[in-house]
Amino acid sequence: MLPHKAPAYTEYHPRWYRPRVSVYWWLGQWQYLRFILRELSSVFVGLVVVMTLLQLRALRNGPEAYARFQQHLRSPGVVVVSMLSLIFVLFHTVTWFNLAPRAMAVRMHGKRIPEWWIAAPNYVVWIAASGVVSWLVLR
Amino acid sequence: MGETIILEVARYSPERDAEPTLQTYEVPFRKEWVILDALNHVKDQMDGSLTYRWSCRMGICGSCGMMVNGEPRLSCATFLSSYAGNGNKVRVEPLRYFPVVRDLVTEVSDFLGKLKTVKPWLIPQEEPPLTQEFLQTPEQLEDYKQFAMCINCTLCYSACPVVGLDPKFVGPAAIALAQRYNKDSRDRGAEERTAVLAHPDGIWGCTFVGECTRVCPKHVDPAGAIQQYKVKAALEWVKKLVMPWGDKDRQTKTEDVHNAAA
Repeated sequence: MLPHKAPAYTEYHPRWYRPRVSVYWWLGQWQYLRFILRELSSVFVGLVVVMTLLQLRALRNGPEAYARFQQHLRSPGVVVVSMLSLIFVLFHTVTWFNLAPRAMAVRMHGKRIPEWWIAAPNYVVWIAASGVVSWLVLR
Repeated sequence: MGETIILEVARYSPERDAEPTLQTYEVPFRKEWVILDALNHVKDQMDGSLTYRWSCRMGICGSCGMMVNGEPRLSCATFLSSYAGNGNKVRVEPLRYFPVVRDLVTEVSDFLGKLKTVKPWLIPQEEPPLTQEFLQTPEQLEDYKQFAMCINCTLCYSACPVVGLDPKFVGPAAIALAQRYNKDSRDRGAEERTAVLAHPDGIWGCTFVGECTRVCPKHVDPAGAIQQYKVKAALEWVKKLVMPWGDKDRQTKTEDVHNAAA
């Protein structure tokens, strides 16, 4: 009698069906689309940073340069991009503030503190900073 | 609510088919039935060739994971009644991102191999004598208990697009289980696990989609475990950069264990 030999399962078994992941996998489910939008929001965050740096440069170059820059900001294309940027930056901020508690397991008296204890200070600092900036700009 | 419900089940025979096809079965609708009951009814009464895994019927063994209407679910914990309003149709497919062996049976040895690499067992500094208790406070238990609830059902792998796109990614359950042991006060294996975890194919491969946590039937929160380890790994890196001469925490942890054992 031949000795018993266990079947050899290989990594590349020819008979297993191996489904391919579609390039459009992120369109199949709202949660995936939301994730892609969150990742995409980083591009707009970068765009806002670049615009702010350009604004500071224009400010340094004198009143005429700043007036030209402001004129440029009023062009329809830049207004549309700015609106999109605002939406995506808000989305970016809210999603990451809400995810922050998941990365921080803070314990007090042996119990994990509620998630909002970590998320809320982020919102408070955000609102306070926005208030200060608004006051500086609009006064 | 009708008296029957339509099950659309993915069928794949490796000898016959190039890819899975859907087969429809009309099964009785009972409000106390879960998807697994309906599949068992098909196998017992209609088509004995239908192949799927199951064992405990109570969400403990983790073997009956399937895609139910596109969502990774335990078929023993998913009631037919949840789908009664949906045209009385339920689609059942094998777990996504795994090779399919037959019908609803997936091949999980890749997952089991990855699980082994993170050493999901206690690695004590020295083996305590069998006659001695290894004391642990309720707080110390609470530290890792959530991650210890994992039943290796692999639903989180099917929910994670990174798993599908990057086959080398260690994956949510394996990292959560590594964290379960890293956070255990009796364990001293964190450093051994770091090589696998703090790696581009480990925690840094995770893009925090968060779906693993949403689908977990045991509320393990693998996404949380991964992000917490990212924070820890980043802090360790900074600590080593600022204080390359020593690791005070580890010494303290060792003293704690000796005190507890005594």
